[in-house]
Amino acid sequence: MDTSNDNSERSPDAGGEVSQPRMQVERQALGERGTYRQDYISFLNYSFFYGPAQVLYDIELAMPDRQVTALIGPSGCGKSTLLRNINRMNDLIDGVRHEGELLIGGESVYDPHLEVISLRKQIGMVFQKSNPFPKSIYENVIYGLRVAGRKKKSVLDEAVERSLRRSALWDEVKDRLHESAFSLSGGQMQRLCIARAIANDPEIILMDEPCSALDPVATGKIEDLIHELKENYTIVIVTHNMQQAARVSDRTAFFYLGKLVEYGETQQIFMNPANSQTEAYVSGRFG
Amino acid sequence: MADAEKEIFPCPMKRMKGNENSVRNVKTPPGEAGVWFASMGLALGLSMVVLLFGLIFVRGFGFFWPVPVMQIELQDDSEAAFRGATTFAGALAKTQQRTDRIVSESVEEFERDQDEESGALATIVDTYTEIQLFVGNRDFYGQSFRYFREDEIQSTTFPSDIVRAERRIEGDGIFYPQRIRQVDGSEITVDEDGFEETMARLVREARARRAEINRIDRREIGAINLEINDIHLELRYLQRHADEGEARERRIAALEERAERLRESFAILEQRADELRQLNRGNTLFFQRADGSEGQMAIGDLYRFHYPNRIGIFDRVVLFGIHFWDFVSGYPRDANMEGGIFPAIFGTLVMTLIMSIAVTPFGVIAAIYLREYARQGPLVRSVRIAVNNLAGVPSIVYGVFGLGFFVYFVGGSIDALFYPMSTEMNVPTFGTGGILWAGLTLALLNLPVVIVATEEAITAVPRGVREGSLACGASKWQTMQRLVIPASAPGILTGMILAMARGAGEVAPLMLVGVVALAPNLPVDTNFPFVHLERKFMHLGFHIYDVGFQSPDSEAAIPTVFATTLILIMLIVALNLTAILIRNHLRKRHKASAF
Ligand SMILES: Nc1ncnc2c1ncn2[C@@H]1O[C@H](COP(=O)(O)OP(=O)(O)OP(=O)(O)O)[C@@H](O)[C@H]1O
Ligand SMILES: [Mg+2]
Repeated sequence: MDTSNDNSERSPDAGGEVSQPRMQVERQALGERGTYRQDYISFLNYSFFYGPAQVLYDIELAMPDRQVTALIGPSGCGKSTLLRNINRMNDLIDGVRHEGELLIGGESVYDPHLEVISLRKQIGMVFQKSNPFPKSIYENVIYGLRVAGRKKKSVLDEAVERSLRRSALWDEVKDRLHESAFSLSGGQMQRLCIARAIANDPEIILMDEPCSALDPVATGKIEDLIHELKENYTIVIVTHNMQQAARVSDRTAFFYLGKLVEYGETQQIFMNPANSQTEAYVSGRFG
Repeated sequence: MADAEKEIFPCPMKRMKGNENSVRNVKTPPGEAGVWFASMGLALGLSMVVLLFGLIFVRGFGFFWPVPVMQIELQDDSEAAFRGATTFAGALAKTQQRTDRIVSESVEEFERDQDEESGALATIVDTYTEIQLFVGNRDFYGQSFRYFREDEIQSTTFPSDIVRAERRIEGDGIFYPQRIRQVDGSEITVDEDGFEETMARLVREARARRAEINRIDRREIGAINLEINDIHLELRYLQRHADEGEARERRIAALEERAERLRESFAILEQRADELRQLNRGNTLFFQRADGSEGQMAIGDLYRFHYPNRIGIFDRVVLFGIHFWDFVSGYPRDANMEGGIFPAIFGTLVMTLIMSIAVTPFGVIAAIYLREYARQGPLVRSVRIAVNNLAGVPSIVYGVFGLGFFVYFVGGSIDALFYPMSTEMNVPTFGTGGILWAGLTLALLNLPVVIVATEEAITAVPRGVREGSLACGASKWQTMQRLVIPASAPGILTGMILAMARGAGEVAPLMLVGVVALAPNLPVDTNFPFVHLERKFMHLGFHIYDVGFQSPDSEAAIPTVFATTLILIMLIVALNLTAILIRNHLRKRHKASAF
């Protein structure tokens, strides 16, 4: 992270193992649960544009460490955009532009000295549509380790088992780790993607509607998983399912037309929303 | 009455209308005509393909099939008589209708043929059936095929003791063996017991000797020749550089000594080959042709023989296999008219491989850059259009470019840098057509195919996979290398398949950059450094052209052309099948998800 290579998109393996993330340092300084930093991920007066079109307007939002923050709001309101900016996935799109600041652990993600690649190595992402790679289950899980240059078999084996156990997939696939990932069911694939996102032992996990393609059983498993994961990770989840948001999240942010309408404890947002739009949306009379 | 009718057909008008409607509905649903045209087009295309391939298959494989030989007796006054003889033996090649218009040549004829009433000039129209026989014995008849009018044939027989013999020169012979005079002077005639066995044994022995002669010629003498050539070149070079010096003198002396020693071993080998040749000339076969004329030949010149009217189906199949094998594994002889086409198959294969090895990395890299790294804008778009249009440039233009760029410029520069002798003595090494330049020229020709196929394959890799990879902390290049390129490998292979099919069948550009009708050496052989990319080579496509259109007896060349075409198609199919198998294997690994 302290190498000064701006053009990080094109430098393979840049900062793979060497960079000791600053967030890590930040976090280790923090005490027990409950005393975690309250503004671990914070958007300061943040606006975002796809070319001429403004999608996010002056967002002020601070997400606490080791908690689950849910992003809700009607379709097209900019939830995915916000999420994808946390690991700078939107950089891939031509003509994007932002204003304001986005800090993780007090450091700007747009810091020219920060490498996008090492940032992404510390942020796992689960996509709305599960996207396993055309590789074996095993290779899928350790993809992040492989691109970081890890080769030791014992390390990789250990990472595979740990991540698959955490994503509640281990028992189902432990005997066929070297089969194609495409031999899994849709729900299993989504859990595999979660395993892939946590294999690198990231700080933050971003989930964009992880359950939109899943049945209630698989959804339940993933929700259990989120509960388990938040012991160790900071999780941001986008969901259209109000019950799910209420079940899994500690805090909820409601967006409407690119603006943050209300943000607070999940309990409060769902039981006692301050804003009438929020109330309309969470009670299903809107959107 | 009208009422009665009404009762029987209560509502005729209405019913008719209803019928009409339903008929119209059934007959012309929208788009039906389009479907009909599409199926017409498909049928047309398919039948043309089937026809072409069927023709090549039948004629190509027919070339190897041992057909019966018929002996015909013509009327005494037939125009087809040859040196007064009216008996011919040969294999039926084709039967056709023919119409001759005989125009009167003299005044008397004119008056005789003139139409009585109108006074118009009459032509005699003569329609008849004729057959074409492969009579062989080109040394005797002057050509291998002869036409005969069917109505002039008095009798047709299939003599069981007639022999069809494959000879070293002048094509096949068709004759009745009479006797064999062996090298020790003993004779055995056809009536004696064991004649056929003796003949078969002698032919076999001669074949073994010939194999040895060929080995000596190609391997050992070939290697010596190459070295002597090099020495001569260097000697001439040294002599030209008249700068006196101890070292130079020593070098010349060493070279001359080496040349002397090579010449000695050359002489020894030559002598051994000559002895074997002598032995092969020792036994003589006397035979009689169908017309009764006598002839003789050395058994050493007799490659194979069989009794075409006697052998059973099993032997025919075996012979078919032998002929096929001889053809694909043998070297050409008799101005490419006879023998096999192995060097052409080998040359085509090696050249196609060189082409694939050259075109794939360049095409793939170009496509990756165009699609992934270049900024998509008018410039990239026009580059893409230009690449696509390159595919439409006539292939001969590539040949000219290859000659100018690869042969003269690159090859000339290589010669100037690394082969100063060949530059100075004007004996180019790389500065002349060769298999490497031919391969590279075809690679250039096929670059657009590979680029387009690769670009399409890369584009088809889902965005989700790329984003997933980047989100894992992979760089763009790692994403390409680990996911995108492997996932698009099947598509890239499709491009390669197309390129190989086109490359293996292309002839025009090759004629400028290194293909020859008869190459003395293969591009890969046992002489150091084993792979000789600068060598000229033979190619199946060019072989077809050479045999079919450059040979003195084009009639006799037709079967060979068909057979060569068949082999070329089989080679392309084999190459493609290999690539398709690899592709299917890859596809299985990367098969799309099924929820
Ligand atoms: N690549 C892009 N280029 C231009 N505009 C975009 C792009 N991606 C998204 N947008 C626009 O940005 C706005 C917000 O999109 P975003 O994907 O963030 O919505 P969302 O809240 O995730 O919606 P959903 O719940 O349907 O996923 C939309 O109006 C969308 O049209
Ligand atoms: Mg979205």
